[in-house]
Amino acid sequence: MSQEFCFACPRPLDQQETIQLAHGGGGRLMQRLIEGLFVPAFAGGAPRGPLHDSSVVEVREGRLAFTTDTFVVDPIFFPGGDIGKLAVCGTVNDLAMSGAVARWLSAGFILEEGFPIESLCRVVESMQRTAAAAGVQIITGDTKVVDRGKGDGVFINTAGIGLVAPGIEISPDRVRPGDAVLVSGDLGRHGIAIMSVREGLQFEGALDSDCDCLGELVSAICARGAAVHCLRDLTRGGLAAALNEIATAAAVGIEIDESAVPVAPQVAGACEILGLDPLYVPNEGRLVAMVAADAAAAILEIMRAHPAAPQPALVGKVTDTHPGGVELRGGLGGRRILDLLSGEQMPRIC
Amino acid sequence: MKYVDEYRDPERARRLAESIRRLVTRPWSIMEICGGQTHSILRFAIDEMLPKELTLIHGPGCPVCVTPIEILDKALAIAARPEVTFCSFGDMLRVPGSGKDLLTVKSEGGDVRIVYSPMDALRLARENPDREVVFFAVGFETTAPANAMAVAQAARLGLRNFTLLVSHVLVPPAITAIMESPQCRVEGFLAAGHVCTVMGTAEYERLAERFRVPIVVTGFEPLDILHGIQMCVRQLEEGRAEVENPYARSVRAEGNPAARRQVFDVFEVSPRKWRGIGEIPASGLRLRPEYAAFDAETRFGVAHLAADEPAECIAGEILQGLKKPHECPAFGLRCTPEHPLGAPMVSSEGACAAYYRYRRG
Amino acid sequence: MCLGVPGKVLEVFEQDDLPMGKIEFGGIVKEACLAYTPEVAVGDYVLVHVGFALSRIDEEEAREVFTYLDEIHAAGLAEELAAGGPDRRDSGDRPGAGGEK
Repeated sequence: MSQEFCFACPRPLDQQETIQLAHGGGGRLMQRLIEGLFVPAFAGGAPRGPLHDSSVVEVREGRLAFTTDTFVVDPIFFPGGDIGKLAVCGTVNDLAMSGAVARWLSAGFILEEGFPIESLCRVVESMQRTAAAAGVQIITGDTKVVDRGKGDGVFINTAGIGLVAPGIEISPDRVRPGDAVLVSGDLGRHGIAIMSVREGLQFEGALDSDCDCLGELVSAICARGAAVHCLRDLTRGGLAAALNEIATAAAVGIEIDESAVPVAPQVAGACEILGLDPLYVPNEGRLVAMVAADAAAAILEIMRAHPAAPQPALVGKVTDTHPGGVELRGGLGGRRILDLLSGEQMPRIC
Repeated sequence: MKYVDEYRDPERARRLAESIRRLVTRPWSIMEICGGQTHSILRFAIDEMLPKELTLIHGPGCPVCVTPIEILDKALAIAARPEVTFCSFGDMLRVPGSGKDLLTVKSEGGDVRIVYSPMDALRLARENPDREVVFFAVGFETTAPANAMAVAQAARLGLRNFTLLVSHVLVPPAITAIMESPQCRVEGFLAAGHVCTVMGTAEYERLAERFRVPIVVTGFEPLDILHGIQMCVRQLEEGRAEVENPYARSVRAEGNPAARRQVFDVFEVSPRKWRGIGEIPASGLRLRPEYAAFDAETRFGVAHLAADEPAECIAGEILQGLKKPHECPAFGLRCTPEHPLGAPMVSSEGACAAYYRYRRG
Repeated sequence: MCLGVPGKVLEVFEQDDLPMGKIEFGGIVKEACLAYTPEVAVGDYVLVHVGFALSRIDEEEAREVFTYLDEIHAAGLAEELAAGGPDRRDSGDRPGAGGEK
């Protein structure tokens, strides 16, 4: 597929401006949706062969990584991204966190009856643009339509297959006391960008979402080989959730220095007025890395040279005390537990 | 952020803690009234900077925590109605009523929205004239001016589809109740700076005199809190019992008269039940009769609902500072943020939730 | 109980007969009602709670607190205690403490 391919919405769909139940009904309308929208977008107008029930790809010997993720976001279009970009980045990033280079994605759409076709075109276009930039192909897909009121516009599932190069072992098992904890950039932009356009909370001046593919960044980091022990992308629950998951999985303690954690002033300001803690606010384009302490400076240097890591920082270390727990050293020197929350952080006012 | 960052300066905080250490010659118990201050104290681990002679007692100043269970049941009943759009601050959504919470009502089909301001609820009412928009008006004196303005504005605009479920409480009657309790251990108070921003300090002068207790009007940033503690300790050590105001950048002695006028134009003082404490006379606000049309309890016929609190929850003792959360036998076992027995485990300001989040293990 | 956040007034306007302001908090901007702080002007800082400015932040008072904090540090409280603990309230050098008549 050509990277230069520029997709323009083909408007193939007769007079209908919105998704009809028939677009998922197995008949002519569905065929037009596939052939008029998905195939030209994802296959660059030149399908690799006749449309078939599954796609076949060639692999050499080695290890594959396989993952899946489902995306729901309100609103579908937000500052700095949309559900399509999110659906590609999310799965590419999940593969990257195993040290895998993402190669092939599937895309499953659940569309709500009445969803504007023009919006679907924008989402599909965004998926293709993101996939092309990340060097990954969307090679199979599916569409279902649900009755109006039984969905929220569009839900997307992507599954992905990536190749793991020889010698790369990235897993919580490899985290050791003494490891350095690095983050690739400032926290909380995605969650705050979404909130800034939520009904009832709106504000101006929020930064764009950090939504981004981290595959290339991870490839660059993995050039350091065995020094890279564990990677985790920061999504729901933010840095706090990612660290708790790793601490539990690796049965180690983690200590974080709050003042070393990068947070943009706009995110800090929004967190102040909404009563949120940026350590729990979601990201979609940041990772935390546990690396051998003696390689931390070199890996930070690699991150600094990479556009997907805008503000890398050493934020803490792995310890052998309180296994399974994350402790935060506050700006004033005191310590507290950085626990998982019971649910999504909600704006607190009082 | 200006007026935030400089109040989190570690070096100045360390110096203040040091000056507190130099002042203290014997044990003292100081209550921070406000849940926001409790949150800051635990978030910034301020209590760990203090000499061991000082005990901070976490007070009842968390509107989420003191809202009685029967008001929550009323909220749940109203929010479940098909014609209602129920608007609330995010804090209230996980607080359990007798059976469930507002999030459960939402999952069952109720139209429950989080808003930042009562004016957002008012806007929803204007934009959706076919919906009954109800705002859950909880809060202390700080929040009352905003809620009063929403009602006054609804009246001016002639809106008929906007009502308030009111559960407003006042700080001074709670201080009186705490000081009159025979088990009272509180020797000094950090008054809630933002309440005083509205109300001024006159009421606290009377309390300081009546109970011979120092009251220091205190802000919310770490340096503000340490400064408040430092001045309170100094009064205690010197045998004084006065009102002092180191939070003068926001609080004037006379408070905000314009805000108060609006509050008492719309609301009047009334008895209120406090969760875990019981009814305190003249401790809350209710809508004045001329604004009765904006009362959700009468509009939706829920005024009669009554409910008992879970027997095992010791929220009352926690909120009066008689016990610390970890002294409760249910803490962290039968009562967790996922399955709270009482509101202090739910609100991010609640003493139990704050302990669970920052101090467990 | 009451999350109040200081922000800078960028713009003042009127909406539905209420004075309103655009308030900046560390780069993000949110509207707040200025009905209770009619005296504020563009450039002032206000304390905002649930969409309402409740007071204008007094820069002078804020500065004095830092002066005071630096003083007590410089003086060393041990000395003050040794001197019997002077009542600073009357000496007028403790900001805000004299605010209540």
